[in-house]
Amino acid sequence: MANMAQAVRMALHYGEKHLGVTDIFGEDVGPPLGGVFTCTQGLKTTWNTPLDERGIVGAAIGLALAGQKPVAEIQFCDYIFNTIDLLKLAGNNNWASNGQYPLNITVMTPAGAGIHGSIYHSHSFDSWASRLTGWKVVMPSTPRDAYGLMLSAIEDPNPVLVMIPKALMRVKGEELIPGEPLEEKDLKERIDAPLGEARKGWEPRWPELEFAPTPIGEAKIVRPGNSATVVTYSRHVFLAMKVADKLAAEGLGEVEVIDLRTIYPYDWAAISRSVVKTGRVLFLNEDTEITNFGEHLLRRTIEEHYYQLRARPRLLAGAHVPGIGLAPPLEEASVPQEHDIERELRALLTELT
Amino acid sequence: MSETSRVPAQPFKDKNFCLSYFRHMVRARALEERLIKMMRTGDGYFWIGGPGEEAFSVALGLQARKGHGVAYDFLHLHYRSNPVVLTMGAPMIDFLRQMKSTALDPFSGGRNFVAHISKKEWNVVPVTSTIETQYAVAPGTAMAQRRARLKGEPAGVTVVVGGDAGTAEGDFASSLIWSTRPGAELPILLIVTNNKFGISTPAESQHGEKNIADRARAFGISAQVVDGNTPEKIWAALETAFDTIRTTGKPYFLEVMVSRLHGHSSSSGAQRTLDEPCCIDAFEKKLLKNAWITEKEIEELKQAAHLEAQEAHDQIKGEPYPEASTFQDHTFADGKRGGVPGRDF
Ligand SMILES: Cc1ncc(C[n+]2csc(CCOP(=O)(O)OP(=O)(O)O)c2C)c(N)n1
Ligand SMILES: [Mg+2]
Repeated sequence: MANMAQAVRMALHYGEKHLGVTDIFGEDVGPPLGGVFTCTQGLKTTWNTPLDERGIVGAAIGLALAGQKPVAEIQFCDYIFNTIDLLKLAGNNNWASNGQYPLNITVMTPAGAGIHGSIYHSHSFDSWASRLTGWKVVMPSTPRDAYGLMLSAIEDPNPVLVMIPKALMRVKGEELIPGEPLEEKDLKERIDAPLGEARKGWEPRWPELEFAPTPIGEAKIVRPGNSATVVTYSRHVFLAMKVADKLAAEGLGEVEVIDLRTIYPYDWAAISRSVVKTGRVLFLNEDTEITNFGEHLLRRTIEEHYYQLRARPRLLAGAHVPGIGLAPPLEEASVPQEHDIERELRALLTELT
Repeated sequence: MSETSRVPAQPFKDKNFCLSYFRHMVRARALEERLIKMMRTGDGYFWIGGPGEEAFSVALGLQARKGHGVAYDFLHLHYRSNPVVLTMGAPMIDFLRQMKSTALDPFSGGRNFVAHISKKEWNVVPVTSTIETQYAVAPGTAMAQRRARLKGEPAGVTVVVGGDAGTAEGDFASSLIWSTRPGAELPILLIVTNNKFGISTPAESQHGEKNIADRARAFGISAQVVDGNTPEKIWAALETAFDTIRTTGKPYFLEVMVSRLHGHSSSSGAQRTLDEPCCIDAFEKKLLKNAWITEKEIEELKQAAHLEAQEAHDQIKGEPYPEASTFQDHTFADGKRGGVPGRDF
């Protein structure tokens, strides 16, 4: 099975071959490296940019204004903050021009903690991104969805931000990407650039991939259940599932886990259905907790489902700290861990109505 | 096509060309004066514009190749650029509609301030209030044009315009870097209109560089500092710049020295200042000296321009604002209006 980096690479290959992608660019995105996470190895339209994130987003806007189809990478979302102004402009261009200038832009960026990345390789951007009006914002948790959401992002006529969980870059999927070779080794030989001298003149042998988009705006129930709901995304999907299995084995109930996949426009219908069914809900993500995106979902839950709730709804998010400390105890204290999720879910499941 | 196809070999020795140029300047000034009047009489909330920059703006409006797509010039303008687009041929009434934020404002549908032009049919990309961001964006359209050039397809050039104070922003440095990547130089005309102020702050109190153009020269970009108040000078500089870019595909830089005749904007009163030279007064003297026009004809020309503005104003008096229900329209290009999922759509 492909890992997330390979999945993104295959989607970009499909994009430049079949969907009209004209430019894939960013810091170290082109040869020889093909991206710090190898997401852009072996592609035809990649190029390296100056070390200038504002310039990268600006160039993406300009290329799109001129009818090109750019995919830009910000090397780590930790370095996207100085582009917020330009991201806002990309998001309001069509609206401000009364519909004259839609911008078909995809920006992708690795996000989140979990790789011992210390202060500047652990940032989350999902809550910030939820405020970028005019953007669609997605965050896959599996290679299959990374492939599918990248295709949707490329196809979408609007700016789309794809945040890729850093910690899952090398994690293999459990579902085959349509067209992906059955053998992992085969895929690796075909599309992973060799190291050292062998890289010179190397050409990937792309598999015959299929157009298999994951729709933007559709959540996925990754673990069905009737006792409580966890609404999450990115790497916390797996942590939530693990805890849910453990609690089920103890006989505490079946927790439904929803992988939101899209931050905006988020799938309210899926959340709403599940909350009505279980009456107990935990919103879970790792961005800092004050004005967290999960708080918005919590607010809607209270406003729209107050009388259907059977227990106090909860948010578990990252601590409001200036950064994620490098030493493991510091990182663990800063972003939700398995034991935090377990604590919250136990309380949620056992709270009396 | 650019208007320059009708330009004589020595334009400023040609009476008809000069009279037409003068008329463009006078109309542009009448437009700005009308917009200021509208702001004062409650037909608009805010005014900002380009009175004092007409000699430059008319030249740019006449020399730019207008049309849609990479075959034509892309224009990344700013909030003093009304005269450029008026000269290109946009109806005067369009600017008044934006001033009054009526539903028929063709640039933004009543959403944006006056002089925040957006006109896709002529590659005028949305003017934004954020100072200098256009310099980060412009290399993108120039890259698309470079690509067309390399394929031997028809390709225009990219023009970006902004003020002097804004060059302190990093986006200005970005434009120099991105325009001169070795082997990937861009067909881009970088213009800075230097009126020696950013709102109230004199340039000399913040900038140690002698000329802004020197910063472009450091990147090997051909650059000129040019008097933007004298039509023949700014015309020639723009012509050289456009010619060089169109033949070499390489960037060019112009620092255009201009006047600011009504202060920064309505926020500083928009009063006419008399201590800066006026390009229209100066050009008028030249025309009179050459006996190409009489005082009376000048008066008539100005009257006609004011009448045009007055009539446009009268015409939009009854025009409604956009419907409240349209406030989310065009948030997304695929029909989604934005807002809260499951509640607003
Ligand atoms: C990024 C940003 N910062 C501040 C402002 C507020 N502002 C509007 S105009 C202006 C001065 C610009 O001066 P200059 O670049 O010289 O252009 P001029 O107005 O003189 O033509 C400022 C500070 C803004 N619009 N955008
Ligand atoms: Mg200035």
